[in-house]
Amino acid sequence: MKILVTVAEVAEVEDDFEVDGLAVDDRYLTYDLNEWDDYAVEAAVQIQEAGEDVEVVSVTVGPERADETIRMALAKGVDRAIRVWDDDLAGTEYLDSATKAEILAAVAEEEDPDLVLTGVQSGDSAFGATGVSLAERIGFEWAAVVNDLDYAAGDDEASVRRELEGGVEELTDVETPAVLTIQTGINDPRYASLRGIRQAQSKEIAPKKLADLGLDADVTEGAVSLTELYEPETVSDATVYEGSPEETAGQLADLLRDKGVVEG
Amino acid sequence: MTVLGIAEHRRGDLRDVSFELASVGRELADATDSELHLAVIGGEVEAFADDLDREGVDVIHTIDEGEEFNHDIYVQAVEALHDDLSPDVLLMPHSVNGLDYAPAVASRLSLPLVTDAIGVERDDGLAVTREMYGSKVETVVDVDADRVALTVRPGEWPPVEGTGDADVSAFAVDIDESQVRSTVTGFEEVGGGDVDITDADVLVSVGRGIEEEENLALVEALADTLGATLSSSRPIVDNGWLPKNRQVGQSGKVVTPDVYIAIGISGAVQHVAGMKGAETIVAINDDPSAPIYDLADYGIVDDLFDVVPALIEEFGGEPPEI
Ligand SMILES: Cc1cc2nc3c(=O)[nH]c(=O)nc-3n(C[C@H](O)[C@H](O)[C@H](O)COP(=O)(O)OP(=O)(O)OC[C@H]3O[C@@H](n4cnc5c(N)ncnc54)[C@H](O)[C@@H]3O)c2cc1C
Repeated sequence: MKILVTVAEVAEVEDDFEVDGLAVDDRYLTYDLNEWDDYAVEAAVQIQEAGEDVEVVSVTVGPERADETIRMALAKGVDRAIRVWDDDLAGTEYLDSATKAEILAAVAEEEDPDLVLTGVQSGDSAFGATGVSLAERIGFEWAAVVNDLDYAAGDDEASVRRELEGGVEELTDVETPAVLTIQTGINDPRYASLRGIRQAQSKEIAPKKLADLGLDADVTEGAVSLTELYEPETVSDATVYEGSPEETAGQLADLLRDKGVVEG
Repeated sequence: MTVLGIAEHRRGDLRDVSFELASVGRELADATDSELHLAVIGGEVEAFADDLDREGVDVIHTIDEGEEFNHDIYVQAVEALHDDLSPDVLLMPHSVNGLDYAPAVASRLSLPLVTDAIGVERDDGLAVTREMYGSKVETVVDVDADRVALTVRPGEWPPVEGTGDADVSAFAVDIDESQVRSTVTGFEEVGGGDVDITDADVLVSVGRGIEEEENLALVEALADTLGATLSSSRPIVDNGWLPKNRQVGQSGKVVTPDVYIAIGISGAVQHVAGMKGAETIVAINDDPSAPIYDLADYGIVDDLFDVVPALIEEFGGEPPEI
């Protein structure tokens, strides 16, 4: 059987940054594997390790730079990777979740997986919509915000827990093939071993263009466009203590004494 | 024109976000002189309709299918109602269940979808405000379409109040059972155990800024010194460093202590959902632009590994070697 895992490279913004037009200036961005996807990769690799003959394939929509992140996933046990990018995508100002789902759906049609795992959301844009949009497009069943998974390769049902608000979990049986969006904490993502990192160098990252997937540039033309991006005005009216750690700690200590947290 | 909002309920109660969603819905409806319709699917729909009948709500559709949330039923029900009403805006909550059906609905109806809205503006088109990069940046996205689907961040709008005189009507849907491919088999409360952080007057709360499990000793020592209870943001629990019953936030506990000291916590929206009701909020974080400072009453913008030991010493305690 085959598990497809969507893997995104996400940008993190440094503490101090500047906005340049409709983006955060590139100088203040660092890139990393999306936190939620790390757990999705681990979930896939664990199913692989528990069963026989499971292939884990990752798919990424992103520029060549993302190969570095993809190698991390390969080092953790993904067998091979697909990365979709071309000039049309590079020229698209705003890749909304519908566009991403459309592209991932085309890859899923080609790969014909039995199970798709995605992260609940990506840390940068936090749309939280790609996995479920993808499921609907490819006619798979799905479950969102999964923090526990009971599934063995070949099963025609997955038992999951969905983490609802306020410490309540929903127990759900989901028919497969399915798309599951994975929540952090579901497992303990492994570190890439040195051996894994070495092996990852020889694993395939297949570059694909929209045309290779039978798509044209139309998929990038959504109704949603970005018109503003700014640092929110600080509504903070916090009293910020100034000085050395000893001085600021002293001021905070006074506050805590005033509040009666500590006596004396 | 019509704005349609889908209410949310769980285990017999409407969730707050239903009333907040009605508030956004009214705002959008007013801008275009439209009607605000709400729909409630499953459970005690009549009783829910009574409760939803508040000021500014024009019509409530009850769809009596299922007891609890099941996304396969919700998708079919919303699709059928949408076909019938053709609303120009479809509103759903950006809750865990919203995440589980809104994208499928939008996809099935070929509607552009914008999620996690924290602001809306309507004149010719629709402009939606949302955050990026863990609340460090705000964006506005324009939706250029006659019909759109939107999910609304819980806790951002005031709930609609008062009593209304909405028309309540039952809407019948032919559920295709072959398309119901998931079954909810139960619910479970998690995170009982040794302490109840919701009881604490003072919480020392630790986040990913602590870096390593060994370093937790530092905040534990502070909590001991202050006679406070130790709580945390999610990554600490995800890493298995503290049990689930210590997690503050949307999926953890909602706490309302007198004093909440957030140490190395950025203030992500799902964390804030659990602690914004604290009376006094103190943040220790080396990033002055961390969203926690929007909420904090007092702050120290510095390295927690310098500040926390100094604070322990202030009270005559001995910071552990880490
Ligand atoms: C469906 C869903 C539900 C969720 N539920 C919850 C929930 O219930 N509770 C929850 O907390 N999260 C929840 N999250 C996760 C949430 O989105 C964030 O990922 C999480 O809150 C971040 O935790 P943090 O603030 O500890 O870490 P980070 O966001 O990584 O922040 C760490 C902070 O520490 C600061 N820092 C680093 N080093 C130092 C230092 N040496 N000194 C001082 N400061 C330092 C950094 O500047 C940063 O601001 C949920 C997410 C989803 C999608």
